[in-house]
Formats: sequence, structure tokens, C-alpha cells
Amino acid sequence: MSPRALPTTVHHVPARRPRPTRRGTRWRTALGVLLTAVMLFPVYWMVNVSFTRDQDMRRSPPNLFPVHGTLQGYREVLDQQMPYLGTSLVVGVGTVLVTVALAAPAGFALAVLRPYGGRVLSFLMLVAQMIPGIIMAMGFYAIYLDLGFLQSTVGLIIADSTLAVPFAVLVFTAFMSRLPRELVQAAKTDGAGTVRTFWSIVLPMSRNSVVTVSLFAFLWSWSDFVFAGTLDGGGAHRPITLGIYHYIGNNNQEWNAIMATAVVASLPAALILVLAQRYVAAGVTAGAVKD
Amino acid sequence: MNTTARMPHADAAPSGHAPVAAPRPFTGGTGRPRRGPRSRQWTAWGFLLPVVAYLAAFYAYPLYRNADLSLRDYTVRSFVQGGAPFSGLANYRKVFADPTFVPALEHTVLFTAVSLFFQYAAGLALAVFFNHHFRLSTTLRALFLVPWLLPLIVSASTWSWMLNSDSGVVNAALGWWGAGPVDWLTSPSWSLVSVTLANVWIGVPFNLVLLYSGLQTIPGSLYEAAALDGTNAWQRFWRVTFPLLRPVSAITLLLGLVYTLKVFDIIWIMTKGGPSDSSTTFATWSYRLGFGDLLPQFGPGAAVGNLLVLIALVFGLLHIRAQRKQTDS
Repeated sequence: MSPRALPTTVHHVPARRPRPTRRGTRWRTALGVLLTAVMLFPVYWMVNVSFTRDQDMRRSPPNLFPVHGTLQGYREVLDQQMPYLGTSLVVGVGTVLVTVALAAPAGFALAVLRPYGGRVLSFLMLVAQMIPGIIMAMGFYAIYLDLGFLQSTVGLIIADSTLAVPFAVLVFTAFMSRLPRELVQAAKTDGAGTVRTFWSIVLPMSRNSVVTVSLFAFLWSWSDFVFAGTLDGGGAHRPITLGIYHYIGNNNQEWNAIMATAVVASLPAALILVLAQRYVAAGVTAGAVKD
Repeated sequence: MNTTARMPHADAAPSGHAPVAAPRPFTGGTGRPRRGPRSRQWTAWGFLLPVVAYLAAFYAYPLYRNADLSLRDYTVRSFVQGGAPFSGLANYRKVFADPTFVPALEHTVLFTAVSLFFQYAAGLALAVFFNHHFRLSTTLRALFLVPWLLPLIVSASTWSWMLNSDSGVVNAALGWWGAGPVDWLTSPSWSLVSVTLANVWIGVPFNLVLLYSGLQTIPGSLYEAAALDGTNAWQRFWRVTFPLLRPVSAITLLLGLVYTLKVFDIIWIMTKGGPSDSSTTFATWSYRLGFGDLLPQFGPGAAVGNLLVLIALVFGLLHIRAQRKQTDS
């Protein structure tokens, strides 16, 4: 049997295993907490350093807790990094819109209408995901240079969307092909055209996959460094990843400010984990175990 | 990859939306595209047109430009103004003869192999661990996703500071254990180890999630049967879990491989491929040739990039084959 983890299945498969006794699970919880603590130590360290005073930064050994905590780093973020955060937000939302607008109809066609050549297209989507970003960046650079498109927000949105579109098409296809076919038939019987069937029936029912796709498209463009670095190098509208990168380059000493920026840049990821964790796990498996 | 026919339909839609009347029997059950009238084909391709145009403009064309770059003798001047002479495979020959080629190849192989091994081993161990349900297991498993969700620049700069020779917490911890400080990022013998370490940290969650979802499909009855036969947990792992997980493992590893070959951000941010090329991989080398120096060498940069695409494609196709095999079985 195939572990075809379904991209947007939200229910968990219950483990058909005898429930261990309470005592047997306590040490597992303890071990689990310990392992998680080790795994998340770098994240804690980032937060810790972001609150550390400049004069404590080079202390040896370093303070394990921000004993003389300061908000200095965060003040600098507010002063200097807000425009970058704004750019990242715009680019992220733009990428989401472009991705969903392109991928949802394509997924519908591949899953429900199933034209000749659809399989070839799905195959190309899989292959497209395997092309390294720097190679795309070099091609984009050459093209944008011709078009005068460098350092533009729209250019960055288009480039970032290439990270997400093939993935999104595959997720939509997988999800929509699991919708009951009778539904489409019924719509047809009621006289709904294909566009209407897509817009009023299939798309609303695919809400979960829209969320998964949007989350990943946003996260990938928010985190993008390769395209930002190559296509948006010196522009006024730099995204936050470049903000951090130039920070590291310019003032090597103010690690509290750098780490404070990093903490702020991590907020979308944290929010997503708290609010939409099930979609994340669904997306990871969808990226790998596709139909 | 339409496998509608093979999908269980029961879990597809909330029951409240079940159609009232299904006038015609289900027609999509053969797994083949339905032969509709010609207008149907046109409609379908109408829906696909935006994405096809998009792929042509923003995937095929950049790749074509990249291939073109690698086959011409570009200078900064001709890059901007055009008219670079065709030079055949000269850029590729130049790259193969470059003293960086062999180290970059070695580092790419080492970085990828070591990363994959540890990511997979840690991911599998954690997946098995979390497969036993215990209090907080769902929450803790969710927290394990954090490294994978963080922007790479965040992870990479955090690791940079943790591994800092003078003020890093890692060297401080080594000091408590009585070991001497290590120049993690500035010594040629440690830089590759450092970037690999950071990359393993980022890759563990991905392996954990995939392998965990694979474990869910192994029926519990198999474990009960094995337990009745008197096997211990270790034997059950090697005789039941590991063999049954093989298809998922293959996909996880191949996908990890394709992703690891692409890794650029982490290495570039932590070491820029240095010191003196000691952590240069094909990905960072290609970037440095094209963008990193004051005098860009677009041709050789694109050539290195295309080599990387070729390698990724070979393993990508293997991945697709493994996936198909898994679907068929």
C-alpha cells in the first residue's frame, strides 16, 4: 500500500496501536522535551542574543539568559528595517496572488477536465521544481537587464513565484482529483458552465489546498535570498532577507540588532506554525509524495 | 499523474456536500483521460494556458538564456550590449580545467552525502520516537518544524554567531568540557563541517515529517504479530519498520538529494564558500563566478550552473521513477 500522504487531508490517521500505560509514556514525554530543547537551542540563542547588551556581546563565557536584557536591538529594527519588512510583505502577498491565480485553474484542468497532454505537463511541473534557484537567477538577471526590470518589486514577485507555482499546481491537482466527480456532473446537469463549475463549486471546496499553497508561497518568497540578492541588489525596495544580509556586512558588531531583525523576520514562520501547523505538515508531504 | 481512479473517494469531501442526484454513473474510473468532445479539450487548455505561458516565459526562457550564456564568450560590455561571440564549449572546458573544479566537486559530494546521512538518520529516529503517542507528542513534533520554516538567512546568521571563534556559544560550551576553541568558520579544515552541521539542522524536520507520514501507513497489526513472535523493539525496527518504509525512504532521500544540491544560501551567508574555497560547492561557485566578484564571469558561471542542473535532473528523474513505482505497487 502506498503512503500517499494527501496534501490537504486534515484528519490524522489514528494509530492502531495499543495505548501504552501512563507510566510508560512519562519518560517519553521527558525525552521528547529534551530533544526538542536541543533542536530549538539555536532559536533560543537567537532570541537571547537579540536581548543582549552590546557590552555583554563578547563576554566569555556568554550569558545563557539575557540577564541585563535590552531592547536596543529591537529599537534599531524599528528605526531601520521597517521599509524592508514592508517590501517583503508586499512581495509575499503578490507572490501568493500570482501563484494561486495561475495554479488553481491549472490544477482544475489537470484534475477534472484532464486534457490530452496533461500528464506531460504534470511531469514538467515535477522537473521544474528540481532546477536550482541560482541557475534561474542567472537567467532572470540576463532577461531583467534587457528589460530594465532589475530592482523592481514586480520583477521580484515574478521571480519568487517560480519557487511556488509548480508545487502549487501539483497540490491543486492532487486535491481536486479527490473531489467527488458526481459533484461536477451535478453542476453540469444544472446547466453550469465549466468556468462556473470551477469558480463556484470546485474552488470553494478546495479551500484547504488554497491555504496550503498560499502559506508556502508566502513563506518561500518571504525567505527568498537568492532572487533578492541577484535581482534586487541595490534597490530602494529591498526585502528583509537583504536587510539582514547587509546588516551582517556593515556592522559586524551589533549582533543584538542583527538577531532582533532575525527574530522579527521569523515571525511569519512562528505565526504560521501556531495558526496553521496542520497545513504545513500537509504541504511538506505534498511536495514529496505526489500522485 | 491523474490517479483519481485509485484514490479512495470516501475522504475527499465532507459528507454534507454529497450530491443529491448523480444522474450518470461515475465515468472517471479508468485512470485514463476521458475522451470528451473537442470543445472540452479547448476548455481544458484554456484553463492551462496561463500556466503554460508562464512556464515558457519564466522557466524555459531563463533556462534558455542560461544555456546561451554558457555557450558564448561574454564580457560585462557584451552582456549589457549584446553581440557576444559564440564560443562552443569553451566555457565548459575552462570550468573543467579550473583548479576550483575538483575541490568544488568533492565538497558538493561530501556536503550532500553527509547532510543526507545525518538528516535521514536523525529524522528516522525521531519519526519512530514520535510514532509512539505520548503526552505533548503532537506539540513537540510541531515544534520540530521550526528550523525548516525559518528563513535560511535567519538560520545561517544564527549559526554564524553561535560558531563564532571568539564569542560563540559553541566554543564556550567546548571550553566548559575542557576542549580548546575551534575556528569553525575561519579554518579551512572546519568550514565545510560547520556549513554541513547547519544544513543538517535545517533538513531534519523535512525528513521527520515525511518519514513520520510513512510510518502511519504501516499497519499496527504487523507490530502486534511481531511482538507475539517474541521480537524486541530493535528487531521489530529492522525487520518490520525499515523494510516497509523503504519506498518512502527512497523518495525522502532522493528529494533531499535534489534539495541539498541546490543549497546555496546557507553556505554563502556563513562562509561565502571560503576560506580559500574550503567550503565551495558547485552552487556557491556558480554564484561567485556570476555575481560574487567585481569582474563577473557569466559564461563559466552559467556553465557550472548547467552542470548542476544536469546532476539534479538525473536524480530528479530517478525520484519520479521511484514515485511511480510506489504508486503502482
